[in-house]
Amino acid sequence: MRNSKVVSLEEAIRRSGLKDGQTISFHHHFRGGDKVVNMVVDKLAQMGFKDLKLAASSLSDVHKPLIEHIKNGVITGISTSGLRGELADAISHGLLPEPVVFRSHGGRGSAIAKGELKIDVAFLGASSADELGNATGHGEKSVCGSLGYALPDARYASHVVVLTDDLVEYPNMPQSISAADVESVVVVESVGDSSKISSGAIRDSKNPRDILLAKQAAKVIINSGYFKDGFSIQTGTGGASLAAVKYIREEMIARGIKASFALGGITAHMVKLHEEGLIGKLIDVQSFDKVAAESIHNDPLHQEVSAVEYASGEHLGSATHALDIVILSALEVDTQFNVNVLVGSDGIIRGAIGGHQDTAADSALSIIVCPLLRGRIPCVVPKVLQLSARLILFLSGTRLLA
Amino acid sequence: MMFVPGNNPGMMADAHIYGPDSIMLDLEDSVTMAEKDAARLLVHNALKSIDYGTTEMVVRINPLNTPYGKKDVEAVVKAGVDVIRMPKTETADEVRELEAEILKVEEEIGAVGRTHIMAAIESALGIVNAYAIATASKRMMGIALGAEDYSANLKTNRTPGGAELLLAREQIVVAARAAGIACFDTVYSNLDDMETFRKEVELIKTLGFDGKSIINPRQIEVVNEVFTPTEKEINKARAVVAAIKEAQAKGSGVIAVNGKMVDRPVVLRAERTIALAVAAGVISEEEAL
Repeated sequence: MRNSKVVSLEEAIRRSGLKDGQTISFHHHFRGGDKVVNMVVDKLAQMGFKDLKLAASSLSDVHKPLIEHIKNGVITGISTSGLRGELADAISHGLLPEPVVFRSHGGRGSAIAKGELKIDVAFLGASSADELGNATGHGEKSVCGSLGYALPDARYASHVVVLTDDLVEYPNMPQSISAADVESVVVVESVGDSSKISSGAIRDSKNPRDILLAKQAAKVIINSGYFKDGFSIQTGTGGASLAAVKYIREEMIARGIKASFALGGITAHMVKLHEEGLIGKLIDVQSFDKVAAESIHNDPLHQEVSAVEYASGEHLGSATHALDIVILSALEVDTQFNVNVLVGSDGIIRGAIGGHQDTAADSALSIIVCPLLRGRIPCVVPKVLQLSARLILFLSGTRLLA
Repeated sequence: MMFVPGNNPGMMADAHIYGPDSIMLDLEDSVTMAEKDAARLLVHNALKSIDYGTTEMVVRINPLNTPYGKKDVEAVVKAGVDVIRMPKTETADEVRELEAEILKVEEEIGAVGRTHIMAAIESALGIVNAYAIATASKRMMGIALGAEDYSANLKTNRTPGGAELLLAREQIVVAARAAGIACFDTVYSNLDDMETFRKEVELIKTLGFDGKSIINPRQIEVVNEVFTPTEKEINKARAVVAAIKEAQAKGSGVIAVNGKMVDRPVVLRAERTIALAVAAGVISEEEAL
């Protein structure tokens, strides 16, 4: 078509005017199945770029090829909300010349909007895009659902490159990323393996400790005073969080209580409650499984939000400020109610802060589900190794019953 | 009674938080030969250092005729175990042999009579001798069926309906009742089939067992549900007890409740129902009066 923005990756990079020392950005909606970060950084290395700062919404096990790019000086700085696996291990042992900047999802959105985190070129994977750059998380090959974490990048980056494996006819509507924000479109073999964003089916945890923690968390919620018609809730994807939803659901049905909305990373569990009429609307910054990714495409009451709209601490209009209840997990909790979700007891980075402190700070009731011990390592300690959030209410599953 | 492998500190550390009535730390079949000594040390220290609250603590030791049995007795008696479960019990003499071993250790530490015995019966010979085993020691608090070894010994297999275990189960209940002690049924190991598990618990409750052995905390809820009297049963039991009290006050023996004759066995059953309801926490002790 006329004015088509479709070019090769190399040409897109050339047109972006990217220079050594500048900042490139990525989203993590394909989670463990992401192919964009490695593909783009390989190409940048091949083209001879050095000293780039990588600003990702999160990084995981799949990004371990970055280790070589850091060693070769292609990447010299990282900001992210999480680091896992070999990359996290290598960085914890001093691989990177400067410290990693960890920002929460809401914090990253704010920093981009305010210009604190200035992105020169954003490389954003999309499940489908048209030749002008209208892009979404729904496509024929790789589905990721919400593109919430990519939206601040698309809006505020100096230059935006959309990568897709499903080039569709113009207009790709309704779009998540607008053609107005996009400079180039690159068609690739695959942007991500959607089977790895999570499992496709609803699976209930069979771990008895998760079930016990879930029952305790549900009891706290039900008796908290916030459990009334029109309440709102966010949960993580851990076994205990998901199982808690099951017990809350039973009580909602028994008492005839309905939630107004569920927020955050949306799972098949939440979609099920929504479809049963127990949750009015789903506000989705990240689709955690295929069921959620399909639902956001098909259901008008299941909507995508950007990281800023989701959890920016500074915008009182962000959804976390309207949130009643959040269930979160932790690696460590200390006796002063501080929580660590990022660093293991050995000092190695092994997690992601995600929206943890955004929701903990803004919601009315924050519940941490955490066992006393994992293996033989205590999770309740005198002082956390790293401070992720400070809490109002703390719930330990074990000693309460003992 | 929840079985927990004695070589798994993670499981031992928090087994009580799921609310089993008793926990059996195992030194026998779930521990390999190479780990027997390490497991004994772990179980000893678990009993001494973990606050299991009011949970009754049982340890299954290795048979006394193995190189581990006597060391097991010494380690767990010194750690203050409530009950020693002896595996593969076949005769009353074996019970008396264990009793002598326990006494030796108890005398050494000045705690004579503290340790109880539970005998697991896991063979045809054991079933034939069930009453003799049940009455072999005043420390004997209960007998239990071990179905895997028993069905192998019978040269048959376990089936979902449990037909192969019928005689053994009935024999154990009858022997326990005759001896005035408790009786516990065997484990059910398919965790994915909660329906069959529930049927089995209902069956053994009907046969007269006091409880069920379990291998996973997920099974606790089902056992408690089956053994906890329903509201209807509790109300009926209360009516019976109230009527008999009234009759006793008037000096009459046999009475009728809702047109049915109430005699002594009915009263005993009603009292047991109320005791179970109190134990399960569905009514308080005051409400039981």
